[in-house]
Amino acid sequence: MDEAMTDLSHPPGTTRRVFLVRSTGATAALVLGAGALPSSPAQATPETLEAAIKGVIGNATPRQGKLTLDLPPLAENGNSVSMTVSVDSPMTQADHVKAIHVFNEKNPQPHVLSATLGPRAGRAQLSARIKLNDSQKVVAIAETSTGEFWTASADVIVTLAACVEDSPS
Amino acid sequence: MSHALINVPKAVKRGQVFEIKTLISHRMETGFRAGTSGQLIPRDIIQRFTCTYNGVEVFDLKLSPAIAANPFISFFTVATESGTIALRWTGDNEFAVEETVPITVE
Repeated sequence: MDEAMTDLSHPPGTTRRVFLVRSTGATAALVLGAGALPSSPAQATPETLEAAIKGVIGNATPRQGKLTLDLPPLAENGNSVSMTVSVDSPMTQADHVKAIHVFNEKNPQPHVLSATLGPRAGRAQLSARIKLNDSQKVVAIAETSTGEFWTASADVIVTLAACVEDSPS
Repeated sequence: MSHALINVPKAVKRGQVFEIKTLISHRMETGFRAGTSGQLIPRDIIQRFTCTYNGVEVFDLKLSPAIAANPFISFFTVATESGTIALRWTGDNEFAVEETVPITVE
């Protein structure tokens, strides 16, 4: 445990105690420790998350409200986390959800999925199971045919991170 | 090689919005993990999933390495007329699976 701690490159001035308080318990600290090993791949950061969102929606400002992002607050296994995205929309020819995008903060890549739908979908809702490399924020954005953008985000605490080691199979 | 499970109601009423649930076996290797030799395991994922209803595309999904192994995808569509629903998964290493299911609209 201590060995993993000393490997962490936390900012100067962060004492071990402060670090321990910040990390949510020993399990989270262990996950962070594993993330700091030199063999682990580069992580997406909040900046790359924002850049990825910009790349999809441009300079539009997404609003909160109509989009619901359903994720468990605590995920035991980051290899498979159930996610449901739904948007309150009449789904008519004139007013429907054109696309739903999901992004993450700390996986190696910021993109999770992009769905294209239309009035034939009937209901703007989709479910999938995703991988989360670390405790992090997940952001969903929906684009409507009327040019509006809706967003919602969820914070997930992951106790067993995905992507860190090869499965024994 | 790949097995897909598809759950679609057998019969639906015209205009009804119904859910299509799919599950396909695929390892969804991210390309970011090291194997036992320390070498990175090359990426092998499903990149795209599409659903067409009597030839009309109703749902299209781009997948990333952040989708869990054995991707489960569920979505909705409106019952318009009887016919077939075709589901298609394509991805790395020329992965391509297409499944069709009949749908009866009353």
